Amino acid sequence: MNAVMSRPGIGSMPRWRLDPWLLGMLLVLLVLGSLVLYSATEQNIGMVWRQSVRLAMGLVALVVLAHLPPRMLRLWAPWIYLAALAMLVAVLLFGVGRGAQRWLDLGLVRFQPSEAMKLALPLMLALLLDRRRLPPDWRTLAMAGVVIALPVALIVMQPDLGTAVLVGASGLCILFLAGLRWRLIFAMVAALAAAAPLVWLNLHQYQRHRILTFLNPESDPLGQGWNIIQSKIAVGSGGLTGKGWLAGSQSHLEFLPEPHTDFIFSVLAEEFGFVGVAIMLVLYAAIIGRGMYMASQCRDSFGRLLAGTLVFLFFVYVAVNVGMISGLLPVVGVPLPLVSYGGTSAVTLLAGFGIVMGLYSRRRFMG
Amino acid sequence: MIARESDGTIRNEREEMQLVQGRFRFVMVAMLVVFVLLGWRFGTLQVGEHELYAARADDNRIRLNAMAPNRGLILDRQGRVLAENRPAYRLAIVPERTPGLDETIERLSDLVPVTTEELRRFQRQRERSRRFESITLKTNLSEDEVARLAIHRHRLPGVEIEPYLTRHYPHGELLAHVVGYVGRIDERDLRRLGREQYRATSHVGKTGIERYYEHLLHGQPGLERVETNAQGRVLRVLERTDPVPGDDLVLSLDLELQRAAYEALGDYAGAVVVLDVETGEVLALVSKPGFDPNLFVHGISQFDYSSLLHHHQRPLFNRFLAGGYEPGSTIKPFIALAGLESGAITPQTRVFSRGWFELPGHSRRYRDWRREGHGWVDLQLALAESVNVYFYQLAVDLGIDRISRELALFGIGRATGLDLHGEISGVLPTRTWKRATYGEPWYPGETVITGIGQGFTVITPLQLAHATAALAGRGTTAPPWLVVPTEAARMVEHADEYWDAVFNGLEAVVYGPSGTARAVARDLPVPMAGKTGTSQVFGRPGDGVEPDEREHDDLPEHLRNHALFAGFAPIDDPELVVVVVAEHGGGGARVAAPAAASVIRSAVELDLLKVEQAP
Repeated sequence: MNAVMSRPGIGSMPRWRLDPWLLGMLLVLLVLGSLVLYSATEQNIGMVWRQSVRLAMGLVALVVLAHLPPRMLRLWAPWIYLAALAMLVAVLLFGVGRGAQRWLDLGLVRFQPSEAMKLALPLMLALLLDRRRLPPDWRTLAMAGVVIALPVALIVMQPDLGTAVLVGASGLCILFLAGLRWRLIFAMVAALAAAAPLVWLNLHQYQRHRILTFLNPESDPLGQGWNIIQSKIAVGSGGLTGKGWLAGSQSHLEFLPEPHTDFIFSVLAEEFGFVGVAIMLVLYAAIIGRGMYMASQCRDSFGRLLAGTLVFLFFVYVAVNVGMISGLLPVVGVPLPLVSYGGTSAVTLLAGFGIVMGLYSRRRFMG
Repeated sequence: MIARESDGTIRNEREEMQLVQGRFRFVMVAMLVVFVLLGWRFGTLQVGEHELYAARADDNRIRLNAMAPNRGLILDRQGRVLAENRPAYRLAIVPERTPGLDETIERLSDLVPVTTEELRRFQRQRERSRRFESITLKTNLSEDEVARLAIHRHRLPGVEIEPYLTRHYPHGELLAHVVGYVGRIDERDLRRLGREQYRATSHVGKTGIERYYEHLLHGQPGLERVETNAQGRVLRVLERTDPVPGDDLVLSLDLELQRAAYEALGDYAGAVVVLDVETGEVLALVSKPGFDPNLFVHGISQFDYSSLLHHHQRPLFNRFLAGGYEPGSTIKPFIALAGLESGAITPQTRVFSRGWFELPGHSRRYRDWRREGHGWVDLQLALAESVNVYFYQLAVDLGIDRISRELALFGIGRATGLDLHGEISGVLPTRTWKRATYGEPWYPGETVITGIGQGFTVITPLQLAHATAALAGRGTTAPPWLVVPTEAARMVEHADEYWDAVFNGLEAVVYGPSGTARAVARDLPVPMAGKTGTSQVFGRPGDGVEPDEREHDDLPEHLRNHALFAGFAPIDDPELVVVVVAEHGGGGARVAAPAAASVIRSAVELDLLKVEQAP
């Protein structure tokens, strides 16, 4: 290893490992998000304040993880993964929640183990793939398959289709980034298509209903189709420049379901119009672009794969949520990252960006 | 860049990095494509299809609320109120603001009686309403009940006493069959009248004027454009058009004459019709007994309805409009006119009555009401004494076709077209009618009894009044009307001397020494002419025996014949026609003619008829 660590000041004082560009854009997103949240919660300043506290906790996690040496991540990865897996089992046994068991009540806080898995799985896979040469051989692939399948199966059993898709997608993403051969990729797609009817048979009734109403929302305009229809109306009625902040009729007259959580982007679209949507999408694209660039510059495959997957996860959040509220995707419970009300995912995502920044700051300097 | 793997194999890091960075480029391009797609999608929704979704957003939030208009009043010709809107109070509950709905209703029923019917309606309404809408539990609260509720209000959250307007008929049974009543709107009414106009209306006209002129009385509903939330709760009013009240209707009827006519019938069931000869105005229109129309406004109770339905005098039956009676001898003036016109008789033609009449070759005897006969009679005496034999002979001489033609001219067998629903046409006997109805030819014996208004002929009191008005107007009158005037028309053409001859006969009915109605002559402030009549009650013992003008107090009341009188006054220039039908009154002379006379007296007292000072 011909390490190029000879940077001035190393050893004498701790280096500041935050990326100003990424951090800056994230802060802009948080501020804009709070404005939309203020409107979506019917100007409930208390809720905005509580969300700000959570975001602050996420920022603390970001800073801490950015300064954690990567070898610690490598060292802890298997244990973090196993712990997350154990909690997923526990949630099935002792979990709480309405309809689906998703939460662990730890007395002080209620905690959603599937969120931890969003970080734990990429960590574990990056470690596993980096141990042997890329592209991964069959043995590694088989192990990776098991590592992915276990948590996904446990989350589906809760049942929480949205999170299972996210976790599964991050697993597949890391395999793809690791150079999985195209032949295999096509084979997997073919196998998935073949398995689709089997999956259908094993879905919960409410999950099937969701997919059916996604395909034709007008078939059930007052039931499951209501959300999609009302969301599209909110978006479409926003027009080019929107109805103005706090002035969306769909958002404030209770036509939009859950305007402050999963459907917050509809509020944005209604009140700020296409202009607001474009600004927000560009901001997200810039954050993701910067993140991917940083990930690709990491010093080793572990870093590149881990960071790339964490940014990809963020992207999937954006794409699924925005696709859902515009009627392109079925309604799955995926929040708009860093804007929707709710703590766990915000903390996870900010923590993920912390890891990305930490890995990037330890990149190799050429020449 | 060569690194040694844990298992000892050599690893090419540069190659690996290139592989991974190639995949990074691929993923980033894919992400960019997704972002472009999402942007495109929003462009389509927000710019391309904006109009469509903007309209749907407005449909979502904006609702049209209809407001019921105030119903027009119904007044008599002097402006006296016959149907009004009275403030009343109803008890309503807002489920959202009522914790423990069942206990509240229980507590309420201690204060005001709540019937199971009201409770059932409440529950049905509740299933269709939103939680914040007030639902009526009981309408038309008494002052006592309002007071009791007001005292206990603090214990009854969500319970409201709401003021509203309710239809009221101050004269009750007097006008029940003319004015009619309103009742709760139902599915059939909505289909008939149109949902859009009646969205906010709770009551519509079910019978009488209320029904016939529903379109005028109802008015235009007001509209409110309101903004609502997803649950339908009204947040603010955006725009408002006030309702336009319905038109007030002025009837041709005179309330006091109506009362006089109603009372003139005494305890008899029957009908009284008073028409203006020249204009066709209906001045009084009685079907007795009436009923209290106010009972129907709030939904009549089973008990009340059943006692009305089973009352032996059938108060719900509209006699002047749907009561079909044999005209009896009141038909005779019209037969006489046909006879004069055809030349079968002249005013001087004399016929000998020995008490009965026989068709040549038949043994059946058709009797006079006076067993011993009337001797030699001319037309005037035949009308005055109501001599059957005279008219048997005349009918046979005329033949049924001529008789039918004359009766048809006077409107017999045809609805008058009065502005009320439910008028029957009656029966005008003709050969074709007989064949169509019974599949049999016309028999000569049937012509004989048609001459004295028996057999097949069926008229309503209103028809008889209209025919009598045509007679009194010497062939010219206007069809009867209550609200919208009709045009006077010449219905029948006869020479003046023929009219004079018949008028003389009808005058002699009242003023002749042997006239059947001579008893009323001294009570009349203006000269009245007319004809008494008796209508057979079918199914009584000895049916088929010729009716007579005798009274038969020995028979039980429900088997007695109906008494009829059709007259007009003054004789020289007839202004009013009065028709009286007194069911089971026995003979027309004793019951119906005095009733008619008393109506004429009242008309004079009420200034509806001028007393001419003799020069």
